[in-house]
Amino acid sequence: MGEMNKLTIAAARDAMRAGDMTSTELTEACIQAIEGADTLNAVVHPTFDRARAQAAAADSRLKAGDAPDLCGIPLGIKDLYCTRGVASQAASNILTGFKPEYESTITQGLWDQGAVMLGKLNMDEFAMGSSNETSIYGPVTSPWRRRDTDTRLTPGGSSGGSGAAVAADLCLAATGTDTGGSIRQPAAFTGIVGVKPTYGRCSRWGIIAFASSLDQAGPMTKDVRDAAILLKAMAGHDPKDSTSANLPVPDFEAALSGDIRGKKIGLPKEYRLEGMPGEIESLWAQGADMLRDAGAEIIDVSLPHTKYALPAYYVIAPAEASSNLARYDGVKYGLRAALDANEGITEMYEKTRAEGFGAEVQRRVMIGTYVLSAGFYDAYYNRARRVRALIKRDFETVFASGIDAILTPTTPSAAFGLGEMADQDPVKMYLNDVFTVTVNLAGLPGVSVPAGLDKDGLPLGLQLIGRPWEEADMLNSAYVLEQAVGFVSKPEKWW
Amino acid sequence: MLDITYTEPKAKTIAGARDDWELVIGMEVHAQVSSNAKLFSGASTLFGAEPNSNVSFVDAAMPGMLPVINEYCVEQAVRTGLGLQAEINLFSAFDRKNYFYPDLPQGYQISQLYHPIVGEGEVLVDMGQGTARLVRVERIHLEQDAGKSVHDMDPNMSFVDLNRTGVALMEIVSRPDIRSPEEAAAYVVKLRQILRYLGTCEGNMQNGNLRADVNVSVCRPGAYERYRESGDFGHLGTRCELKNMNSMRFIQQAIDYEARRQIAILEDGGSIDQETRLYDADKGETRSMRSKEEAHDYRYFPCPDLLPLTLEQDWVDRIKAGLPELPDAKKARFIADFGVTEYDASVLTADIANAAYFEDVAKGRDGKQAANWVINELFGRLNKDEKNIQDSPVSAAQLGKILDLISSGDISGKIAKDLFEIVYTEGGDPAEIVEARGMKQVTDLGAIEAAVDQIIIDNPEQVEKAKQNPKLAGWFVGQVMKATGGKANPKAVNQIVRQKLTF
Repeated sequence: MGEMNKLTIAAARDAMRAGDMTSTELTEACIQAIEGADTLNAVVHPTFDRARAQAAAADSRLKAGDAPDLCGIPLGIKDLYCTRGVASQAASNILTGFKPEYESTITQGLWDQGAVMLGKLNMDEFAMGSSNETSIYGPVTSPWRRRDTDTRLTPGGSSGGSGAAVAADLCLAATGTDTGGSIRQPAAFTGIVGVKPTYGRCSRWGIIAFASSLDQAGPMTKDVRDAAILLKAMAGHDPKDSTSANLPVPDFEAALSGDIRGKKIGLPKEYRLEGMPGEIESLWAQGADMLRDAGAEIIDVSLPHTKYALPAYYVIAPAEASSNLARYDGVKYGLRAALDANEGITEMYEKTRAEGFGAEVQRRVMIGTYVLSAGFYDAYYNRARRVRALIKRDFETVFASGIDAILTPTTPSAAFGLGEMADQDPVKMYLNDVFTVTVNLAGLPGVSVPAGLDKDGLPLGLQLIGRPWEEADMLNSAYVLEQAVGFVSKPEKWW
Repeated sequence: MLDITYTEPKAKTIAGARDDWELVIGMEVHAQVSSNAKLFSGASTLFGAEPNSNVSFVDAAMPGMLPVINEYCVEQAVRTGLGLQAEINLFSAFDRKNYFYPDLPQGYQISQLYHPIVGEGEVLVDMGQGTARLVRVERIHLEQDAGKSVHDMDPNMSFVDLNRTGVALMEIVSRPDIRSPEEAAAYVVKLRQILRYLGTCEGNMQNGNLRADVNVSVCRPGAYERYRESGDFGHLGTRCELKNMNSMRFIQQAIDYEARRQIAILEDGGSIDQETRLYDADKGETRSMRSKEEAHDYRYFPCPDLLPLTLEQDWVDRIKAGLPELPDAKKARFIADFGVTEYDASVLTADIANAAYFEDVAKGRDGKQAANWVINELFGRLNKDEKNIQDSPVSAAQLGKILDLISSGDISGKIAKDLFEIVYTEGGDPAEIVEARGMKQVTDLGAIEAAVDQIIIDNPEQVEKAKQNPKLAGWFVGQVMKATGGKANPKAVNQIVRQKLTF
């Protein structure tokens, strides 16, 4: 079989089960692809020896029969996941040299099911960013280019390495994490599927925290079926994470019936932003038409507090981050700055954190510290919490009115060039999250599905937002959209 | 509810150069929860382990680690609340208190600022016969302890021991109802007694599992009463917080020093700065640790890693049903059922194991006699050997048997003390020892009479003298006792001597 690395999880699974291909062959194909893709800078800590050993073990398991869906499937893992004995540094200088003695609950589950780890994937530092440019490893270059140009583009962020690696067929699928859009935005920018599950669906144990009340792990895959397969493998109750839900995990793949007749899909008017490119608007309308053609009812809905979501998010997320990142102090692990004679603990903190954290992380730590400080707490943090409750209530009201899922664009634009935002107001970068942060604030599931190409030939995504815990239903709608769109574009290999 | 009548003691008055001043004291007691594992991790809480040996990934704040509440610690906090007649909050939540320190690996302490698990309760502090102070408890919350920084092992480096990091503490916050240094110490003693009865804190101050922050202010007479009537703290003086007191003696010394320091400033026309102070036991003075301006901004916010703690009333009720009898109730019962004095009852109930021992001895026997024996003989002997009741060589059953031998007339009180010493040092069944060593009292009147006759025959001069001075009869009794090796029943001897000497 040629170009095995281009297979989906489902196709590879079926081929391996049928004995048409081994995991070892598949893994070698991916390793080869990674070795030829250095310029993309997506894989930052390759683990090929481990991958080969896991592939061999998977092959025996496949031979013995009764192998799980993911048995033998080579995956890329976002650097935010702690993987035992393998560098896990959240793309930050402050965790230079850190190799955990433990494995995150999610990745442990994946290896138990026979999956193969190709390596750790690049990302924005501590998952803070929308372009992968805040990484200590340097930015990821998207495999996509604007038609007839060689401008290097962002794959999006923070799970930019995951998006690029999947889009460039370096792995069959990847894990990501999503705090304000970090799975869905890069999925949209790289023409793949990305799912942010309901908050509490996937364990956060062993994933380096950014903003604990918003962080969720999720799959980034080549199609919706793969997302269903990988999500099932990642989801589940974890007693080690108090916020993980003790609920059964449905068979998401089996729920992909392709039938959405009678489903009610909402279009929130507040997502029609002023100045939004016409292409995005028409893509959204086309998506709605496709779902209507498939038998769904399209209903205009209102989420009145949407405009407050981004400010609220950029108070809550930095507040939690400022506290979560306090542990990186040079005392226990990772970087410790060199000190001059007579310098003490205060200098150690200051120098270590100044050298260890990049500009965006420092900015957010400072914002978070400010909004939590005495005298400002009520004006910022508490007010943001109240806004968050209102945003959640907006969604509850819409779902209570019988809406099954909400359709929106994933991003307000296609991918931009690396460095293009460098001199911009940071808030401009934050605007990337405008359609996705509401979902995190409300704890809902969301999925980005590739829905077309813009005038330059770059992928655009549409987002479906589901009811809490109803990823199965949401993914089925996404599946219908995917079928109707018939998105088959791949980046042309230039690297 | 227990009906205990008492009068409240007067507040301590300190005479300044110009005026009289009263003390107002509130305390925050940090009590380490008795539990095998830490508040949010499975690591052991064992005291005295090798440095950094009881540290989980969670305690060390490794990246991606998450806290999971230890339900037993929650149960212990609820039990403590119930023991202090406090309101149990079925809804409580955890907050992060953020600050940087090397022995605080997370960079924050998980605590309960906004929604503590236990609300208002009370502690009745005994201050002597019929006197007690009712101290209101404002709240109890659960929080993590920090680790330990070690600065004296190396001239250039500091070390950190994380064994204590994450151990569960209950912070028990009182209202400013304590009015003298003695009351402050007595409050801690009483609190510790209750916690030990409940089994929720070992209360060992040397090991640091009971520490107190003491808030001290002074006011003019009458101001405190106005505060109590109105609830307005404006009537009280500005307070200073004395941090981390870990001995009853130091608590009293520090309060006294601090009160006098404040009075001197006020009488000098100055004002008190609200600040945190440390007590220097060597110098016997308090000194400023940080002022209000330098106070940390802890940036408290709800801990997003933990869901709010919601308790079922049934569960709380089950814990309540399983509570042991508490000191006040036990003391009252000892007085009523065993007829012991208030003082003896206090001594006997100070420690739950002592009380249980006493009760075993006293059951079905003369309570007063049992109290005398337990307090004077047993506790006296144990104290001499620096032993506590758990290590007592004499069991309650053995001591009970000794008392039985006294009441049956088999041995005298004096012999009983010898017997006690034998049982204490050698062990064995008291009745068998009495039998085997011939310690039984001679109650055979014929034998006693013969002994008396012999003494009379041998001492005619004494007989004559005794006839002049009946008080000398005692000499004959003594001689008889000597002749019988102390085993003769003294009552019988006395009677026969008097008969024979015919007075």
